[in-house]
Amino acid sequence: MTETRHFKLTCIVCPLGCEIEVKMEGDKIVEVTGFTCPKGKEYAIQEVTAPKRVVMSVIKVKNGDFPTVSVKTDRPVLKKLIPKIMKELAKVEVEAPVELGQVIVENIANSGANIVATRPVKRI
Amino acid sequence: MQNDYDVVVIGGGPAGLAAAIKAKEYGLRVLVIENRETLGGIPLQCVHPGFGLHYFKEDLTGTEFIYRFINKFLEMGIEYHTGAHVVSIEPFSDLEKRLTVVTSKGVLEITTTTIIYATGARERHPFEIGITGHRPAGVYTAGEAQTMMDIDGIMPGKEIVIVGSGDVGLIMARRFALEGAHVKAVIEIMPYPGGLMRNIVQCLQDFGIPLYLSHAVTRIEGTKRVEKVIVTKVDENLKPIPGTEKEIPCDTVIIAAGLVPYLKVLEKAGIIIDPATRGPVVNEYLETSIPGVFVAGNALVINDLVDYVVEQGELAAKGAYLYVQNKGIPTKKWKRIVKGRNIRLVTPHYISGDNDVILYARVQKPEEKVKLRFPEIDKEIKLPFVRPAEMLRIKLKKEELARAKDKITMEVVPHD
Repeated sequence: MTETRHFKLTCIVCPLGCEIEVKMEGDKIVEVTGFTCPKGKEYAIQEVTAPKRVVMSVIKVKNGDFPTVSVKTDRPVLKKLIPKIMKELAKVEVEAPVELGQVIVENIANSGANIVATRPVKRI
Repeated sequence: MQNDYDVVVIGGGPAGLAAAIKAKEYGLRVLVIENRETLGGIPLQCVHPGFGLHYFKEDLTGTEFIYRFINKFLEMGIEYHTGAHVVSIEPFSDLEKRLTVVTSKGVLEITTTTIIYATGARERHPFEIGITGHRPAGVYTAGEAQTMMDIDGIMPGKEIVIVGSGDVGLIMARRFALEGAHVKAVIEIMPYPGGLMRNIVQCLQDFGIPLYLSHAVTRIEGTKRVEKVIVTKVDENLKPIPGTEKEIPCDTVIIAAGLVPYLKVLEKAGIIIDPATRGPVVNEYLETSIPGVFVAGNALVINDLVDYVVEQGELAAKGAYLYVQNKGIPTKKWKRIVKGRNIRLVTPHYISGDNDVILYARVQKPEEKVKLRFPEIDKEIKLPFVRPAEMLRIKLKKEELARAKDKITMEVVPHD
């Protein structure tokens, strides 16, 4: 007999914060309720199987008009990879100029996501 | 004699940039005055996503969001001063306002027909929330810590206690945790969290950070650097309960106790302020009690979403355009927006009924299964829940407003 489990989640896709319930039998999702958009349903399924997040940080910049550039993963990454990604990012330093959207690290920590700049930095 | 400008926008953050771009599109002569060295305002230091879901239908970081406006603003060649401080506004007549502006190049005297005041908010500080004790190093507001970490790349500390569970506090908790600091607790005086549920999940639960509801930091101790805080339970009147004190050792205290519209210069000019929003009393064009002075963004009301801030900036620009065209906002028989049951604040305060209007409101207390009711216009909206942390943005149509005579009440009532 397969075990039936209920997960109660607060959706984080947008600020509405829908309360979504997922019913699982064993590893199978049998019912998702409470979402108001398809993205919410997708999030809930993801969250109970392999939760993902976008990771954000800043990295050091040499010779820039700002001392740092803000960065993020260009797609959500598995939550369990976040500490490893942060450790790798701490070692990264770039030279100005940096363009908004520029790829700083490809496939960081084998997550399948690139680290991209979210703020431009001019060279001084 | 013609004024130097049709509209001077004070503040180069999201509200100000959106207002300036819109005003320029209307063909007005625009000047933006920004007191920092760069345009962009607070989103420049917001490296987290969640910006622009409504406006651009995309999930952007604060930095990405604001650069869309900065780039457009610069492409349009709109005039601006950075590192410039407006020290006074003198409403000389309805059609002439005189500004005194201190810049690195000297003091400027500028005349303008209208003003859009978009200076954002200031942070509440420890003395406003009853924290006593020593005054060691290591006490920062959330915004200061954010500037240090995400602009300057400096960690303010290692063992962190955050005071306040609004979105700003929650987002900083996550930033500290991500960057390797130990966030020991988030302390919230109210019995419910101050921020959006999604931020409770992704900023606290993701990192196992404890949230203490109905607790207050009553004392900070430490000789040179913060050594610990004293946390006390509070009763239903938010008064600390003696005997419930406990110590949390830490080296850094982050004050995220909310924002207050920053209106210093407008207050000196004699603006009328709503004690609930702590922003100016405005009509549907976001015009204040001084004719031709408009307000937008967090200087108007503390918003949850930058998308609303931009929307207000664009509306204020429309107001300024109408003002310049008609030498004043055409006089209306204004209808009052009245706060009914479980409504803590609402803005704008006066509407004409000639236009569709967006109301921004907050409730006093959380409730489930309610309806939002406007009895004078027979409008009801069912909502699964309302929370003080989540601003209500309600559009009322012109046709609906026509049914009201002199006031429109907004109230939250239970439904079954």
